[in-house]
Amino acid sequence: MALSNVVETPASGFNFENVSRNVALKGLLEGGHTKAPKPMKTGTTIAGLVCKDGVVLGADTRATSGEVVADKMCAKIHYISPNMYCCGAGTAADTEKTTDLLSSNLTIFSMNSGRNPRVVMAVNILQDMLFRYRGQIGASLILGGVDCTGNHLYTVGPYGSIDNVPYLAMGSGDLAALGILEDRFKPNMELEEAKELVRDAIHSGIMSDLASGNNIDICVITKQGVDYIRPYQESEYKDKRQRRYKYRPGTTSILTEKIVPLELEVVQETVQRMDTA
Amino acid sequence: MGQHIGAYGVQDTLRSGFSSVKNELLPSHALELSEKNFQLNQDKMNFSTLRNIQGLHAPLKLQMEYRAARQIQRLPFLQSSHLALDTLKGNDESISFEDILNDPAQSEMVGEPHIMVEYKLGLM
Repeated sequence: MALSNVVETPASGFNFENVSRNVALKGLLEGGHTKAPKPMKTGTTIAGLVCKDGVVLGADTRATSGEVVADKMCAKIHYISPNMYCCGAGTAADTEKTTDLLSSNLTIFSMNSGRNPRVVMAVNILQDMLFRYRGQIGASLILGGVDCTGNHLYTVGPYGSIDNVPYLAMGSGDLAALGILEDRFKPNMELEEAKELVRDAIHSGIMSDLASGNNIDICVITKQGVDYIRPYQESEYKDKRQRRYKYRPGTTSILTEKIVPLELEVVQETVQRMDTA
Repeated sequence: MGQHIGAYGVQDTLRSGFSSVKNELLPSHALELSEKNFQLNQDKMNFSTLRNIQGLHAPLKLQMEYRAARQIQRLPFLQSSHLALDTLKGNDESISFEDILNDPAQSEMVGEPHIMVEYKLGLM
């Protein structure tokens, strides 16, 4: 329906029209007994370290919304490019959308230039994007990848700060995980030892932090490829509820079966060669 | 709705209602101002750097091209692709929130064609 008070098409991008309404609503709600809904945060313990053959990233799988566990099998290790993965802590939607945007931009770049993107490029794109929005996008990310210059591990804070380090932990459980990493990290570790160390770090985060829990995911990135082990270790307190409630084939017994073949006659046949060069 | 500036630089009461000081003073989002001017500020910065490096001719030529590309548009109530302008600015090789959120092609409010054209031509 055409409205006569619209004289210009609205600009694309973020729209701040509802901000004053939200502030007024919040004032009304705080007075009563209802509270404004909280966005889903990933709480989290995420950790990463650089070993001899590549980079190992680890994360727990719990997402909280206020005091309730919103998702028990949340995937916190996001795909960026074939040689880079990113763990995200903070607001769940922000980390997912930011890593999605980053992955799309890097795909366009690699299609344009014919090269695999470098980790520093991803980090710079993230830094520009997060600094532009002054920390309103609540995403703390650990970016790890293997490229032509070696194995890299970077951390990007929500305001756009970056740091290049050999081992790292972020999220609400980072202090516990960092303690384990500080104690047992050695440069140029073997792959199996590195996986065990990351698992122990995430485990201590799960034990000591309320907002981290459930399973542990591990992602190993090497020059040969990526091994995304989900879950690396399942929690003992697993739910007995199934996620899918499909019936097994054979649940309903078949009483009779009648097959009527459909008579078809080939009238015309044309073959068109596809140009697959 | 944002404030419409009507004739003589005063607020357009017909389109945005009575003006009130309280509306202006209410807290707006921390990013509202910075986002409104972001592209302009980026362009200003880039042009001034370009001027310092290559001399005045470089930003002049670029701005002339931008101005020419900006004029390739449909009438105001129709969607224009801005293809030439996007290619000049380099936006055809990147995806940002401007491409995902609030797509004008899918906006719920449609304007009256006659009024939009008159507004663009400055007749109202």
